[in-house]
Amino acid sequence: MAVLEIRDLTHYFGGLCALSHLDITLEPGTLTGLIGPNGAGKTTVFNLVSGFYRPSRGEIRFAGRNIAGLKPHQVTALGVARTFQNIRLWKDLTVLDNIRIAQHHRLGYGFADAVLRTRRFRRREAEIDAYARELLEVLELGHVAGELPKNLPYGLQRKVELARALSVEPKLLLLDEPAAGLNTADVEELIRHIRWIRDRFDVTIWMIEHHMDVVMELCSHITVIDFGETIASGTPEEIRTNPAVIQAYLGDDEI
Amino acid sequence: MTSQPSSVAVRPDGAAARSTAFQRWSVPALTLAGLAVLLWVGQSGALTKYTQTVIMFMAVNVIVSASLNLVNGYMGEFSCGHGGFMAVGAYVSSVLGVLLFAKDRVFGPPLLPPEWALVGFPLIVLVGGVAAALAGLLVAIPSFRTRGDYLAIITIAANYIVISAVENLDVIGGSRGFMGMKRVVKAMGRAWDLPWMLLWSFGFAVFTLWILRRFVYSTYGKGVMAICQDEVAAEIMSVNTNRMKVAAFMLSSGLAGVAGGLFAHIVGYVNPGSFGILKSTEALVMVYLGGMGSLSGSVLSAVLFTLLLEALRPLQIIKWIVIPLLLILLMQFRPEGILGNRELADVFPRLRRFFRFK
Ligand SMILES: Nc1ncnc2c1ncn2[C@@H]1O[C@H](COP(=O)(O)OP(=O)(O)OP(=O)(O)O)[C@@H](O)[C@H]1O
Ligand SMILES: [Mg+2]
Repeated sequence: MAVLEIRDLTHYFGGLCALSHLDITLEPGTLTGLIGPNGAGKTTVFNLVSGFYRPSRGEIRFAGRNIAGLKPHQVTALGVARTFQNIRLWKDLTVLDNIRIAQHHRLGYGFADAVLRTRRFRRREAEIDAYARELLEVLELGHVAGELPKNLPYGLQRKVELARALSVEPKLLLLDEPAAGLNTADVEELIRHIRWIRDRFDVTIWMIEHHMDVVMELCSHITVIDFGETIASGTPEEIRTNPAVIQAYLGDDEI
Repeated sequence: MTSQPSSVAVRPDGAAARSTAFQRWSVPALTLAGLAVLLWVGQSGALTKYTQTVIMFMAVNVIVSASLNLVNGYMGEFSCGHGGFMAVGAYVSSVLGVLLFAKDRVFGPPLLPPEWALVGFPLIVLVGGVAAALAGLLVAIPSFRTRGDYLAIITIAANYIVISAVENLDVIGGSRGFMGMKRVVKAMGRAWDLPWMLLWSFGFAVFTLWILRRFVYSTYGKGVMAICQDEVAAEIMSVNTNRMKVAAFMLSSGLAGVAGGLFAHIVGYVNPGSFGILKSTEALVMVYLGGMGSLSGSVLSAVLFTLLLEALRPLQIIKWIVIPLLLILLMQFRPEGILGNRELADVFPRLRRFFRFK
């Protein structure tokens, strides 16, 4: 079964049609790209999938279940995690806390347990903590566990945000411009990282990215949107030579 | 306790340090010592009745400021009707206490033997707290359902609604107020002659700090801080923000109700005027004075503010010119409050060697 199936997804902001008739199917374990010029509606797609907006029309099926209309935390609990175009870490909580809090949907204890420090609470907190530390270790972030994100360099913040998304234990990971603001060396590392994450965490990845080399290198399938309309979709090779795409990016020297 | 890494921001690698026996027992021991001192103070008459009352007000104010800090400090919302929830707790526990344990002109003879007040008293205070928490639920549901800053407006409105509801309830004295709580307190004293109000005020203050501390330092409770720092991210990273906010708000208003119940029994008399916007403002002042998101800050500010109020008592209404002025000066020169969003142990890390409060 497809991880994500989007049919006829359409969204209006007042009179502005930010997205129209988007159709996409993501198969398990794939790396897919979503590209398009500025303001094309890419982030809107992610916001719709993560439940931040309720779509004006259309269907979003995650693992066969229609998730359109669910609240964001419910969508996340089902196994959809994301990062943000502008990093949105909790800047005054430690990196470790950032990772721990993203396990809220599977805490397994409640208010009374927390106040009374029941056995269940202590067991789960220990597990949550161990999981978070291991995740940081695996992503080579162990040394910043006690730091506040606001004190970290930009590249590390991006990495921590990725770690936080993985802490959800997602089946589908949405990355909104993971390479934005990174230098060339960081971008190379990111490419290796993303591929490795897909295999290590057995997760399906859908990414928005402006760096064409990143998308072309990583993605087996790419969708291009412009003004909310899907103008092309196919393999990197097909996209590279597609006249409509070249047209949309004309004047945009990125492709 | 098993390895329980309640990491505080400053611990370098967030490592789970094991607590020594000394650290583990120092807070309970200190609490017991505090109770012992208060016991001695009450029995020996070493302090005047007035000084004892001031100590009890301090304890009440600790509860008020620490509980409001949960919503306004840790969660970053703006609630300004704490007085209303105190009123709910004060009236519910007072009426219940008089009904059960004291002879009253309106309610007639007590329903239970008065000496049962000994165990009944903490229970009626808690029932007052539960009632206030339910009132908090009524406020929280409409406030948090909609986006935007409705909480401030709705809490002010709720404060007024509670006050005018009480003013119009003649059974419980209306605007003249309600009394008889002294008889409940006396009933406790007759059953066992101890300075009960001193002990319970202190006990409930410690209880409040203990609950808040445990809540805020669990991964569950930290959801509140995530909401404060980026609510959208919190919701999208799996925190049920709506339920979290309602839970925190109920806890906060419930504790305010406990404070109200204690206040009523310390003074022995309540009237709706005691819990108006002025009371809510006092609560806000204490939170901002102590520092947002700092429990030890709230304790410090509650103690200082109580002393200040007593010192300014001769000025009567003029104190409400002096206090706002102080607030303005504070905002000017130390806008983050006494401790900012840090705890005492963050400012003096050496303190950590001596205690572990969780
Ligand atoms: N909340 C909103 N309310 C109104 N209009 C919006 C809102 N969010 C986005 N838009 C508009 O919808 C369109 C698509 O925005 P979106 O953020 O999805 O673009 P994008 O493809 O992610 O662009 P970029 O590459 O700059 O990130 C833009 O015209 C934007 O101004
Ligand atoms: Mg975008």
